[in-house]
Amino acid sequence: MKAGSNLEKVLSAGHFAVTGELGPPRGADVAAVREKTQYLRGMVDSVNITDNQTAVVRMASWAASLILLQEGLEPNYQMVCRDRNRLAMQADILGAYGLGIRNMLCLSGDHQKFGDHPKSKKVFDIDSMQLISMVKKMRDEKKFQGGEEITVPPQMFIGAAENPFGEPYDFRVLRLAKKIEAGADFIQTQCIYNMDRFRTWVKQAVDMGLTEKIYILAGVTPFKSVGMAKYMQKNVPGLDVPDALIKRLEGVDKKDQAKEGIAMCCEQIQEFKEMKGVAGVHIMAIEWEKRVPEIVEKAKLLPRPKMEG
Amino acid sequence: MVIAEVKPLAEIMELIKPYKKVLNTGCGGCVAVCLGGGQKEVDTLNTRIELTCRERNIPLEIGGFTVERQCDMQFNAEFDRMVGGYDALMSMACGAGIQFLAERFPAKPVLPAVNTVFVGVNKEIGWYEERCQSCGDCVLGVTGGICPVTMCAKSLFNGPCGGPQDGHCEVDKDTPCAWIQIHDRLKAQGRLENILKVFPAREWQNQVQGKLLLEEYRGRYVKEEKQSPVKK
Repeated sequence: MKAGSNLEKVLSAGHFAVTGELGPPRGADVAAVREKTQYLRGMVDSVNITDNQTAVVRMASWAASLILLQEGLEPNYQMVCRDRNRLAMQADILGAYGLGIRNMLCLSGDHQKFGDHPKSKKVFDIDSMQLISMVKKMRDEKKFQGGEEITVPPQMFIGAAENPFGEPYDFRVLRLAKKIEAGADFIQTQCIYNMDRFRTWVKQAVDMGLTEKIYILAGVTPFKSVGMAKYMQKNVPGLDVPDALIKRLEGVDKKDQAKEGIAMCCEQIQEFKEMKGVAGVHIMAIEWEKRVPEIVEKAKLLPRPKMEG
Repeated sequence: MVIAEVKPLAEIMELIKPYKKVLNTGCGGCVAVCLGGGQKEVDTLNTRIELTCRERNIPLEIGGFTVERQCDMQFNAEFDRMVGGYDALMSMACGAGIQFLAERFPAKPVLPAVNTVFVGVNKEIGWYEERCQSCGDCVLGVTGGICPVTMCAKSLFNGPCGGPQDGHCEVDKDTPCAWIQIHDRLKAQGRLENILKVFPAREWQNQVQGKLLLEEYRGRYVKEEKQSPVKK
């Protein structure tokens, strides 16, 4: 065990892992975080806590992660490179680990242009790949990025993202290999809609032996409506939403679109469960946490395994 | 070269408002080439200022003079005989030149008439693009001659991020993704291995004021170690 988190235990025992996501509030609203946890408790093995997602200011991801711990859920603490330099990052990692956080997802972060402070100064002192290396160095070499010894090193289970739908397509699997080299233990992918492209990417990873070295969790986001699907197709960078999915949603009554979106999501999960090289699913029900119980039940992901310790 | 653009007239009028006699100083270096602050731009700006003053009945006398380069004290010395007659100096040089002018005349208010925007290239007439952020540790040899610090919106060293679409940066659909370009060029050159290894965290070289003392001139300035202007 590298960190001994629940997520690591579930994955290393060979279970099909399920992770969820919780976006912290745009205010100091602790109750809002607690409320969202009630939909995720017992439904997922670990919950990603987003870090100023889409470059919009929210409650700090470490703080919301601590609230999850208080609620008895396991957080997967997300950290982006946009807002902090390596000093602040390492300080936060020490504090997060010290207070019980055991998983981290290392991301570059959306550009500030997309958020609520578009003219803020970007940091990007290090990039996501270098952040992974830094967290690994802190854990395995017991050293700060600058080389000094750490007295009590943070032992994180290290996550990273990869986008099988980003260009250039043939480089994506090579970049996955770089993330493994940097020290990532698990991958949570971008939301998958184009299943053909995803199958190709996973097969490449399997053929290169990469899935022996890293756990890949397939990312899904259920559509709430055809409007959302169209928005994601047009406006979200790095997403690939095939027209066929939009047609399928348009084919049902407006009031049934959410149900259909969830059905589509569950069909995907069924396929992931059978797919060689896929170790789990990451359910990003954006501001729709309350529908997660329905998804995991329909996708036959319950009960979640209870790990010892 | 260093690219600069003239500030909005309203901002310039506000800057010079407290003064009766202002000398607008041009620079014949980079800013003259990019049509930001050479002799021609000094004349044009002064005409615009004079017209505005006439319209609004503002009593202002504005002079103009351009030297070869304001980043060279030898040329700034040419202003010595003129500045006595002015309340303030305005400069159309880049930020470096403006500061060097202010250093020459510490008793005079020195006002910027341009914004220095970047180190860039002349794509076409009147079209300039940034290419270098003077990071002090050039990686162009590894990245196929395309700068990840300047050309990638996130300054990634292990790109591309998940965002590019149709070959373009997520931040601006008219800007090509630097990392796709790096990838494609290296691949075409058979040098893709350059970016298959993790590029480690950088030791940033530009976090304190940059200073460079050429070795062959070192003896000139570092005769007595205690008084040396530049420490190595």
